[in-house]
Parts: sequence; C-alpha cells; structure tokens
Amino acid sequence: MNNKDQALIFELSQPGRVGYSLPELDVPEADISSLLPDGYVREEEPELPEVSELDIIRHYTALSKRNHGVDSGFYPLGSCTMKYNPKINEDVARFDGFAHIHPLQQEETVQGAMELMYDLQEHLKEITGMDEVTLQPAAGAHGEWTGLMMIRAFHEANGDVNRTKVIVPDSAHGTNPASATVAGFETVTVKSGEDGLVDLEDLRRVADETTAALMLTNPNTLGLFEENILEIAEIIHGVGGKVYYDGANLNAVMSKARPGDMGFDVVHLNLHKTFTGPHGGGGPGSGPVGVKKDLIPYLPKPVLVKEKGVYHFEYDRPQSIGRVKPFYGNFGINVRAYTYIRSMGPDGLKAVTEYAVLNANYMMRRLAPYFDLPFDRHCKHEFVLSGKRQKKLGVRTLDIAKRLLDFGFHPPTIYFPLNVEECIMIEPTETESKETLDAFIDVMIQIAKEAETNPEIVQEAPHTTLIGRLDETAAARKPVLRYERDLQNA
Amino acid sequence: MKHRYLPMTETDKKEMLAAVGVQSIDELFADIPEKVRFQGLYDIKEAKAEPALKKELSAMAAKNMNAKQYASFLGAGVYDHYTPSIVDHVISRSEFYTAYTPYQPEISQGELQAIFEFQTMICELTGMDVANSSMYDGGTALAEAAMLSAGQTKRKKVLVSETVHPESRDVLCMYAKGQNIEVVVVPHKEGVTDISQLNELVDDDTAAVIVQYPNFFGAVESLAEVEKAAHGKKAMFVVSSNPLALGVLTPPGRFGADIVVGDAQPFGIPAQFGGPHCGYFAVTKKLMRKVPGRLVGQTHDDEGQRGFVLTLQAREQHIRRDKATSNICSNQALNALAASVAMTALGKKGVREIAVQNLQKTSFARETLKQNGLDIVFDGPVFNEFVVRLSKPVKEVNNKLLEKGIIGGYDLGLSYSGLDHCMLVAVTELRTKEEIELFAKELGDSHE
Repeated sequence: MNNKDQALIFELSQPGRVGYSLPELDVPEADISSLLPDGYVREEEPELPEVSELDIIRHYTALSKRNHGVDSGFYPLGSCTMKYNPKINEDVARFDGFAHIHPLQQEETVQGAMELMYDLQEHLKEITGMDEVTLQPAAGAHGEWTGLMMIRAFHEANGDVNRTKVIVPDSAHGTNPASATVAGFETVTVKSGEDGLVDLEDLRRVADETTAALMLTNPNTLGLFEENILEIAEIIHGVGGKVYYDGANLNAVMSKARPGDMGFDVVHLNLHKTFTGPHGGGGPGSGPVGVKKDLIPYLPKPVLVKEKGVYHFEYDRPQSIGRVKPFYGNFGINVRAYTYIRSMGPDGLKAVTEYAVLNANYMMRRLAPYFDLPFDRHCKHEFVLSGKRQKKLGVRTLDIAKRLLDFGFHPPTIYFPLNVEECIMIEPTETESKETLDAFIDVMIQIAKEAETNPEIVQEAPHTTLIGRLDETAAARKPVLRYERDLQNA
Repeated sequence: MKHRYLPMTETDKKEMLAAVGVQSIDELFADIPEKVRFQGLYDIKEAKAEPALKKELSAMAAKNMNAKQYASFLGAGVYDHYTPSIVDHVISRSEFYTAYTPYQPEISQGELQAIFEFQTMICELTGMDVANSSMYDGGTALAEAAMLSAGQTKRKKVLVSETVHPESRDVLCMYAKGQNIEVVVVPHKEGVTDISQLNELVDDDTAAVIVQYPNFFGAVESLAEVEKAAHGKKAMFVVSSNPLALGVLTPPGRFGADIVVGDAQPFGIPAQFGGPHCGYFAVTKKLMRKVPGRLVGQTHDDEGQRGFVLTLQAREQHIRRDKATSNICSNQALNALAASVAMTALGKKGVREIAVQNLQKTSFARETLKQNGLDIVFDGPVFNEFVVRLSKPVKEVNNKLLEKGIIGGYDLGLSYSGLDHCMLVAVTELRTKEEIELFAKELGDSHE
C-alpha cells in the first residue's frame, strides 16, 4: 500500500538498532588516540540512521513504488531514448570477473576485461564509421568536452591558435554550449531555418577562421535529418574547422547513415541511450568518443592496444590530451552496452533503427490532426508537436504533461527544443508495442478534446498521483537541501 | 525480424505503414542523401542467443582474477569493502534503475527522496552544509572543485598536493587546461604535504589549495595547517576525502573546508575495473548556488504535502547553456543510491565501527610487515594504506603473491620518482588476520 507521505529514513531511526554485520575485529586492538594525531579523531557522530535490515528494505521498496521507470510503463521522453533495459545486461555486469576487478591490477590478470573493451571499441568504430574510439568519458557531456579538447589540441598543434569559437544550432542540447565553455571556447549560435534544419546561409555567415568546430546532432533535436549534412561539413571544413557529432540521437540512423560517412570528425555516443545501459535515475552513463585518423594522436590516454593477442594500456602518447577520468571509463556500463550489441547483431541493430523510426512516424501521423505539427515531413526516431492550439484554450504544454500522469504515462520532453513554442517532444523507441503506442495516442487525443471541453481537468492535473504539483518556486527561494530534525518540526 | 526486444509484427508494420501513408520503411529514410546512405549491414559479430552469449561472456569474465577469489591488498583509490547484501537488492528494483532523471516530480518522488537522503548523509559525514546529487567520480569532482574555486575567487592558479591521487591530478590538469588555470604541485615531505613549501607557494593569485585526506599514501594530512595557508591568502580550501574514513576522522568541515569532494565507492559500490563509481561534492552554504550538477530540495504540493524536486536549476546546462557552472548532465544517481543504502545499513554506529576496523587492521598490518623485516617508508599515522619498500620490483613480488591467492599492492614507482620498489598496501576490514600474516610472510620471504 502506498502512503501519501513516506517518512525520511532519518525519521525512522531508533537508537540501538543496526542494519549491518561486520566481521569481528580479529587483530589486537590499539587505543585509537595512539593511531591518529591529536584533534583528528572524530568526536561528534554523524547523524546517520539507526534502522534494522527490514526497515531499510521496506523504506526503499516504498520509495521504489513512488517512482516510474521504463519497467513501470511507457516513457516517451524525447532525446532520451528510454528503451527497454535488458536483464541479461544486468546479470553479465554482475559476474565476479567483471564487477570485482580492480583497475590497477596487473594487465595479465584482467585480459578478459580488456578484451571486452577492445571488442566494444571495434564494434563502435564500425557502427559510427570512425577510425578509433576511446571508452574513457563517463557520459555524453563528458564525451563532448573530451572531443572538444581534442579538437583544441589539434588546432594548437597546427599553430592555429585563433580558433576560439564553437558553433552550435539553436536547437542543440544544453550540454553542447556548456561543454564548449568548459573546454575554453566561446559559443556562437547558428539559426534553424523555417524547415527546422540548419540555415546554411546563417552558417556561412558565422563560420570563419576563428571557428574551431561545429557541434551537430543528426537527426537534430526536432527529429529531422539534416539533409544538407555534406554541405554543412564542407562549409566548416572549408574554413578549417572540425565537425562534431552529438550521438544522443544515434538510435535514428543505425545502419542507415554513419557519422563517419557524413563528414563528422569526432563523435560521442551515449551508451546509456542507444545501447541500453540503464539511465539509473540520472546515471551512471558512458560516453565513448570516436575520431577520424587525424585526431587519433590526441586521444586521451591510456589507449588500449592489442599486440600479438595480448591487450595492453599504452601510456606513451606524447600528443595525447591527457586523462579525462581516473582509470578507463565506466566499464560496468560498457559491459552492458557490449552485451546488448552482441544480443542484437547486425540485423538486430538495423531493425532497431527501422522500428524506432516507424513507431515515431506512426505516432506523429496519428496525433497530427489534434496538435500543431510544426514540421510536416517524415521524422526520424522522434518528433515534436506544438501545444499552441491548446495554449489558446488556456491549457499549456505543462498541463498536458501533468494530465498524462493520470493515465500512467511518463510525459514526453517538454519545452525543448527551445525554438518550438509549447514544445512536446516524443520518442517512442523500438521496444514499445503498437498496443502501447495506441493507448498513449488515445490518451493524447482525449486530452486534446478535454482542452476544448473541460480545460480545468487538464489544468489541475495530476489527479491520481500520490502527490500533486510541487511548489518549485518555494523550493528555490528558501532551499532545504538536507534533512535537519528541527527544521522538519518547525 | 524476430527478436525478444522488438515487439513489431508483420501485421503491425503493415498497419503502421498504411497510417503513415508510405509503402515501405525505406521511404522514411529517403531524406538521407544517397551519398551518405549506408548500404547493407554493419560488419560486426552476428547476434547470439541468450544462453550462448551468457556462456561466452561468463568465460570472458572468468579470465579476470577478481577480489572474490583473491585476497586483495590493492587500494589506491578503489577499495574492497563489506557490501551489505541489501544494497544490490535495492538498486536492482527496476523502478530505480530504469528511470530517467527525475524531471517529473509527481512520479519520481522515490528517486528524489533517495537523493535528498544521500545529500544529507554526505553532509553529515563531511561536516558540510550542502551536498549535490553526485558527480562522475572523485577525480572529476576534484577538477570541478578547482573550476568552482577559480570562478569564485577570479584567480587562475590552483595548488594541489603531490599526495593527491595521481590520476585525479591528471584529470585536474585536463580541466585546468580548458579553463586556462595554472596547476602547481606542492611536493610532499615524508609522505605528507610539505607545509613550508605550501606556505611559500600560496599567494594572492591562488584560487584553491587542494589536499587529500587521508592522502594517496594513506597518511592523515594536517588540515589545520593547510587551512591556515589557504585562507591566509583568501584561497579556497578544498579537501578530497574518502567518506568511509570520516567515520573515525574529524570531518574536513570542522577544519573550515570550503569544498569537500571524493568518491563514495567504499560504500557499497563494486570496483568494476574503475567505474562507474560515485563522486560527491559538498560545500558551505555560501557556495550553494555555485555547485555543479543536480540538487534536490524539499518543498510541498498544492495540499501542503511534503515533496521533493530538482532545484536551483538555473545553475545547470539545460537552463543556462554556455553560462552554466558546469557541463555535467548525467550523474551517478544509481550508485548514489547504492551508497545511501550502504550508509544507511552501517548507520551511525556501523560507520564508526567499520572505519575503526580499517584503522586497526592497517596498523596491525604495518606492524606485522615491520616485524617481518620490511622497510616502512613513512612513519606518520595512516588509514587504510601505507607504503613499504621492497628489495625487488613490485611487479615481481606481485606475481609471486598471485600464486598464493593474493593480489598485491600498487607499484608507486609508476607515478612517483624516488619511490621505486615501493608498494602501496591497502588493508580493509575484509582482510583477515590470517591473510595479513600470510601477506606479511610472503613479502618478508621476498625481502633480501
């Protein structure tokens, strides 16, 4: 049974209860004050909970019931690729030989892990059409920054030190401009045209000898394939810049178009999206980066090499940008992605993209009569609607999203991309059945009708969730970011 | 194509194509220019059925020597600790692991509340006011701390002790390069930060002084003195800390740290070849609005019911874009959950007990090695780790140890000049007296 309020674990605490079982101390015990310097022995105990094992399990089980995952129901969150997370992946990642190996063990003792990493890199090279891949970056944004640092090193090595700008489309993910800043670049925005694609004229205007790179997602965040991609790459290459592929949307083009063949020089992938590493409530992810030949010398080190059947981490890479993460990346997520790729094979990955795209187009066409469709052409793996029509009736996109909760659906991404008014961005993925898509479509149609006939029911949604709309302004005005007993009683 | 992850039937396909108004799926890809269109299939391994694949990957895993079969004395930032069985049971609840970032709070209260509890526990252990929802790992958290310091002080130099994890320092240098921040290494003396050198190096251009506590050699740094040096020049005082050690060590917050970072891996997160682990990031109230990454805050719904939301998002990339305090988006939420469960299970008493056991066992191991004729390199107080000098290359000794079922320590000669033949030995509560004695005997026997 779900209670409206779930106590905080600290509120369940009772002095004297324990939830652990440590081994008996089997060595002679010294006086702690003889082992640590004066003033360095902790005096105040940390206020951690005191609860029994069953208390803990009940608490977290209750919390899990207050959470919606892909396994709970449809999760058509645009740009996030919320596909099914296969269970074999979880089993394999927990094998002792993968889960309980230390990154600093001697290489001879971890050849199996290195073999998996190497073979994953080989698979990702083929999938992206790039010449080399590093698994070091921890997530997509981390991969973006890694790629940009490599581009920076490339330009610097060529004495090309005035390339201070990175161009990003107005429809880009927020991480693109943020990563550019962290890598020390200035961001320049290129506009999208009426058709939702990069405006070539505007691109020619902003691209010049100060351009280090263009960052692009293809298909873009509107779910549209940038069909002028070769021209775009030519413009950037023409001024001496590099073209960066944000792989967030790779699910749309597997076996259909490879970044390496489209003119991209650097690619990052989100293994937790396209390749089913679960999202984990926000992470961990994994963001491998692939590069073309001329950028290979700048890859982060160590670089995994295979010599005479033996795997080896190579550190002697004089032009390498260095290390972007301790050790070798999020290996545990890479194991899951590898398991997935090996479960799908070449035919499977092709079908993944084809079905993801068919699902998206099917939903788009069925919903088009009821919502504004800003770009009326075939989409790829996702599409955007605009809630403009409903807004005129006093129902905002946020309201539509909240109303969906009443029917057990996770809402789509909303108010992104920024260049579409009252945006609703839907990505069904290939793992959903037609019945699920139809059920969601029916509810969306119902909500569109409610907006006309009974707008209050939408405006006041959700009605069936354990908790209503939360006051985010209050949360930000006087932030309470941790539990404090006095504060709760006040 | 029939596949257990792909529910589309031929009938579905026909109906859907008709609804879209196309004859074939290929038409949906007609906007991809001919010149870039990929033909055929990827040249990758054929799909394997579930049982065969599991068998193959199980054999691959079996090639790796792991800490379940071997007694491990290897630490250097990643430790083999007691993990309560419940940890994996909780994080295997798929409502947690198949969820996205909790942007829809009404159906994400479970995750949000769990993170709120995680933030609280990190604050409690570190003695800080505010902690975020996690970072990739301790290394990138440290680099972000340096960036925050540079932004806050408008200074462009950071001092980092040589006793900070070498790989974290490498990562720091990478981030610093992007931001044109100068990184100056403060040398160590007898295994701890050389305070007199620190006092000479710190100046009015210093944005931060960064130390590790306990440090890479396991030694307990004098935070009181480092604090004086940092704050004396109005630089930020940044401490990277193993949170498990803080069960027995005075928390950095008590010494006036401005930022405390580290990795929660010791709490319930398997080594898994170096990742994913779980960085944490804690600050004083003053820096609350400069923190990178996601923060969960408490609020209420329209009926006054307590609830939790992602808050202060104006710091973040999806709102602020190129002006964000960091580019981080994905974090390590599931591992933060694992750490929360482990911290909850240990609780107030257990976190002290486990830390004390580590302290006692490390001390016992150090004494036992000494009695076996080995040369202990640094004398000061240590937690979890210490340095021993061998008469042979560490690799050679480690090969011998493997035959005895032991994974030996880290070869310090790989990252420190002057420490050739020196092994960094890690001893956790999981190492039994017998294992420690066997390890000591083997090292003693190798000694000439």
